[in-house]
Parts: sequence; structure tokens; C-alpha cells
Amino acid sequence: MTAPLPISLEVNGERVDAHVLPRTNLADFLREHLKLTGTHVGCEHGVCGACTLRVNGDIVRSCLMLAVQANGASVETIEGLSDSGEISDLQAAFRERNALQCGYCTPAMLITAQDLLKSEAEPGREMIREHLSGNYCRCTGYQAIVDAVEATAKARKGRGR
Amino acid sequence: MKASAFSYARATSVGDAIALLAAHGESAKVLSGGQSLMPAMNLRLLAPELIVDIGALDELRGIARHESFLSIGALTRHVDLQNAPDIAAHAPLLKEAIAHVAHPAIRNRGTIGGSLAHADPASELPACMIALNAAIVVRGPAGERRIPAEEFFVGIYETVLSSDELLVAVEVPFPPSNSAHYFREFARRQGDYAIVGLAAQAVVENQRLIDFRPVFFGLADKPVQVTAAAMLVSKDVTPKVLSDALQALGAELDPPEDQQASGAMRRQYAKVLLARCVAALLSRSDLSTWGTA
Repeated sequence: MTAPLPISLEVNGERVDAHVLPRTNLADFLREHLKLTGTHVGCEHGVCGACTLRVNGDIVRSCLMLAVQANGASVETIEGLSDSGEISDLQAAFRERNALQCGYCTPAMLITAQDLLKSEAEPGREMIREHLSGNYCRCTGYQAIVDAVEATAKARKGRGR
Repeated sequence: MKASAFSYARATSVGDAIALLAAHGESAKVLSGGQSLMPAMNLRLLAPELIVDIGALDELRGIARHESFLSIGALTRHVDLQNAPDIAAHAPLLKEAIAHVAHPAIRNRGTIGGSLAHADPASELPACMIALNAAIVVRGPAGERRIPAEEFFVGIYETVLSSDELLVAVEVPFPPSNSAHYFREFARRQGDYAIVGLAAQAVVENQRLIDFRPVFFGLADKPVQVTAAAMLVSKDVTPKVLSDALQALGAELDPPEDQQASGAMRRQYAKVLLARCVAALLSRSDLSTWGTA
């Protein structure tokens, strides 16, 4: 049973069929098998948040989920969110506010911020900080990230989105 | 790091899961949400030979309201508890505690059954289950049994579950209408494990605590119920009564020291939490020189 197992899932809207070892986590499957390297791997025990992506619409840690557990699921990575234009305004705000430096945490930071912005039209800075508290950034000191998320929320509210 | 190699079986029913556990004993581990198991495996603290994935067992998912209690399936996720109207109405302590469990991405996968079976002494839910007087429902080859939460936790990552048993649900009795609850924890950062925390459920009548179930976590190898709490029950709590109880609390605790806090610091935090708890439950800001928050 340690042999590769068949899985079938949807990744960024495309059906994927593959064989994976049980020990392969979802982050490594996306990076190594599908070459979707926007999902980053940091601590590999669920603390740093760099591997955050969406499974069936919910944000999850892809280092704490086995690829075999994603069988039948719909997975969305930063490549999907970026290509669809869903977060183009948020990405622009990150650039404008210098909310990234090395960029390692940025894909997951964007996905986590978007998760908040989808459910809260007008999150306060405290709420933004709380929602992002599981995503570590070692460059920015977070201030600019909170600025970018807050600015995006305000802009979207103004556009009625 | 990455988990070492293991075999994987996707259980097709509760019976199937129990049969797999019975066949493989201590070499098997149950995978629920994986938010405690996967870190332990990635860090190579655990290297099970077989993972029994119960994630597809929909019968273990969801919250059912009965006449006098809620039945919460083991696979119910933290986020489901956080959003469920039945939890807000009948177990508000739990709703409040869940907000302190890690971060949104973890709460989207982590389950109540997984958290309780994992039995981390610093985690919130075991203490809540004891404060709420819940029963843990487990099933094994010999059938089902109900274990009072206060008898379920044995030590660090240790419960009375045997290796061929599966935690299937918890049953949380409805608190009486004149109940109040309190939940606070001290942690260095949002979402971190608590240095010390307190979950309490109480019945308040005529400005008195008629029933009082404070349960500390992060203070020992399992949730801690303290005898000093009895000094506050069914009497007018004056500042003197409270300070005597706090002194007794300090005397009966022997908290561990680690990189987060010394034993003395934990003892002090426990006293602060109990004082704030009593002041909050009785709406008596005069009782706590440390505030009521």
C-alpha cells in the first residue's frame, strides 16, 4: 500500500489525473508533479502559512494535507487566482504599497487576504491582522501588507464589488 | 521535513475503520483533518506504518440537536463549530474558544474529534469539553461507550482511547438557562498555543455561583480542574473570599516551566484568569484588581 495511488482532482479548473505516493503532501504534488511553483513551502508543519491555497473554496495549508486527500477536490493555487484576474487589484495594491520584498510569503498572503475580502466588505485593521496572523512575512513588518489589504477593501467597496 | 513513508487506507465505514485499527494496532494512526497529525509526521515525531483516513465518513460530520444535548460528529471542523447557530445558542463557550484555535486555514481542516483524540495539553477544546460536562462517544470492536470528558484525558497526547477505538462524536448537554461562561487565554501571538488558558461554565443565581466548572489548560499534562473553585460556590463572593480562593489556587498548582514561561509565571496567570473569570461571571468589576477582560 506504500505504492502510488491514483487520484483525480481539479486544479485551477482543469481535471488532473495522477498517481502519487501516500506521503506526498499537496504542496509537493503541485510543485513537483504539476510544476505549479507559486505555492511555496516554508516550515512544512503548518506554522508559516507560505503554502496556503484553496481547496473546495476554503483556504487550507497544503503542507498539512496529503495529495491523496485532495482526491475529488477542487484546488485553486495562486496561478489560478492570478490568471483569472480575481485578485489583480489586490496584487496591484501590494506593488503600490511595497507590501512585499522577497516575495516568498506573497502568494499565500494574497490568497489569505482575498479569503477575508470575500467575506468582509469593510474589514478593520485589527480584523485584517487577525486573518493574516497565520501567514508569516519576514521582510515587511506587516504594516504595508495591512495597508494594501485595507486599500483594496475600500476600493472594492467604492466600485460595489 | 517531510513525512516518512506509510501505507494509506481510506476507510469506507466506521466499521471498516475499526477493523483496520484492530488489525494494525499501535502501528496505525487515524487521519481526520490532519492539522495535528501531519505536523507531527512532517517533523518525524510520529512515523505510523498505516494511515487510516476517515475523511470520507460523512456519517461522522455535522451537529445534531437532541432534546437536551447537542451531538457533534467527530469530523465536524472548527470552522463549522464557529458558524453553527446551534453552537452559538447551546454551547457559546465553544464558539468563543474556537476563535483562539490556530488560524482560519487550520480551522478549515481541523476537526473536533481530531483535536480531542490528539489531547494536546495546551489546546482549548479538551478543557471546554470538561467545562461543558460533555461525553466523548467512542466505538470499537466491542461496541460503543460514552466517556465523561473529565475521565477521557490521561496525559500529554494521551487519552483512554485504545488503539482499536475510534472517537465518533461528543455529546454536549444544554446548559441551564441561568448559565454563564468565560473563556480567555494568554498567548504570545494570535493563534499560538496558550501559555495558560481558562474555560469555565457556571450557573449564576442571586449573584452567586451555584455551579462552577473552571478548567485550566496549559498548566499541566492535561486539563486541570481545581479544588479551590469550590471555595467560591454558593456564597457571597467578597474580595476576601476571592483572595483566599486565589491563594488556595496558587498553592495547589505546580505548573511546568518551558521556553514560553516559568512555573511561577503560569501560576500567576492562572490566578489572574480565575479572578477575572469570577468578576466577569458575577458582573462584579470590584472583585478583580486585574480587570475583568
